[in-house]
Amino acid sequence: MFMSGIKNITIGILALQGDFFEHAQVLRNLGVKNKYIKTADDLKNINGLIIPGGESTVMARLLKLTGLDKKIVFLAKRGLPIWGTCAGLILLSNRVRGGNFRPLRLLPISVNRNSYGRQINSFSEPLVVPVLGQKSMYAVYIRAPQITNTNKNVIVLARRLNKQAVAVQYQNILGTAFHPELTADSRFHGYFLALVRKNAS
Amino acid sequence: MKKTNNFKIKKDSPSYQLKSGSPRLWLIKAGLAQMLKGGVIMDVVNVEQAKIAEAAGACAVMALERVPADIRAAGGVARMADPGLIIAIMKAVSIPVMAKCRIGHFVEAQILEAIEVDYIDESEVLTPADEEAHINKTNFQVPFVCGCRNLGEALRRINEGAAMIRTKGEAGTGNVVEAVRHQKALTREIKNLQKLPLLACQKVAKAMRVPLALVLTVKKFGRLPVVNFAAGGIATPADAALMMQLGSDGVFVGSGIFKSKNPAKTARAIVAAVTHYDNAKMLSKVSANLGEPMVGQDVRAISEPEKLSARGI
Repeated sequence: MFMSGIKNITIGILALQGDFFEHAQVLRNLGVKNKYIKTADDLKNINGLIIPGGESTVMARLLKLTGLDKKIVFLAKRGLPIWGTCAGLILLSNRVRGGNFRPLRLLPISVNRNSYGRQINSFSEPLVVPVLGQKSMYAVYIRAPQITNTNKNVIVLARRLNKQAVAVQYQNILGTAFHPELTADSRFHGYFLALVRKNAS
Repeated sequence: MKKTNNFKIKKDSPSYQLKSGSPRLWLIKAGLAQMLKGGVIMDVVNVEQAKIAEAAGACAVMALERVPADIRAAGGVARMADPGLIIAIMKAVSIPVMAKCRIGHFVEAQILEAIEVDYIDESEVLTPADEEAHINKTNFQVPFVCGCRNLGEALRRINEGAAMIRTKGEAGTGNVVEAVRHQKALTREIKNLQKLPLLACQKVAKAMRVPLALVLTVKKFGRLPVVNFAAGGIATPADAALMMQLGSDGVFVGSGIFKSKNPAKTARAIVAAVTHYDNAKMLSKVSANLGEPMVGQDVRAISEPEKLSARGI
């Protein structure tokens, strides 16, 4: 990781609804330029895109309203690295259970919305993500989705102790069921940035 | 499971760690509010309205027996909604469902927690059950949102364990003036706090009856340590965008949607207005041809004892 490379990239953060500010905070601390994406025009000149946590039903509606959905799919197919956390993972997936909307279908997995239960069942626990080293990170699950099925070409980056996949990657698309942006551990952002830099060079 | 020491709260996140509460539980409680940011929370009184709200893009719904405008008109004692109604709404939608309990009525809160609502609003819109104390909210697994008119009220509620704050405004009036007053008061008091020397902060903390650490957190970050929504009198997309430009993190709309001529359209417009609050072109587009908004009320015509915002300070 060369610091000089970091300065030249700009990460877009989808800012329709949800915790986009928390992602911006992490990127700022890492010295990475970022900008909020609200309309299709905002997608110009970005090297990567983060779809934050929030309500997937809300974001799905607003994506369609501004024509952002088609533009994002277009850029993803051309190799733009995209990372979705929680609601972002739901939006990127191929199939969603428990939601009345069509996802972007960029990540060949099936997800089940709110499948741990309601807010009272939200939880946090240590999670080892092997690509980030053996030191566990703290995974926060808030009304989180569960990944119920993954295509064989999808790489599972992390599993809970019960073997359930919670972090996945398919080529340039990254998804986590938890919220790395809510804790002080920025290693997952670092992993995404490495993907972005590799793609940009 | 093995205990690890990797849990750290973000240093630049103003999350307030309560001495009495678990910081991990706090992260989950305050965290859901962070997921609601940039969204609209809509009051609904039945399953049909809840479905309309969800389809229109509400980030959560508030399940009620009556919207504030009707509570105001009906008079009498307003209480927690029937749990049966709240459960029916929870089954009908996939977004978070909030419900209100009376100020200080911790048993209503226990009931709401038992049916697993996602957020409890300890609300001045209902008739207060305790005129001296609010609920000790740290005892609950379910997070709470509370109303405020100024920084002191906000910090007292946070100190009691509220994981989210909203302005009180004047609910059920369709008049945004009080919400504006409360949001501006918050902003002004926080700005003033930032100019104060440390010694003076001690006095402020004492006057507000909150720990000095909480006051210093606000001083350091220049904002409340939790998510802050606007509420009370928001009736149009322009009202919602106004509150966002004044610094709110999101918006509650009570009577404004289902008391308007075209609820679904008004709801969709307010959702778009909260996202694109700084884009006047977009605002003009979504504000067009909505039909009659809810009937508004002059707040000055409401006598002090009838003001809902004076409850629970």
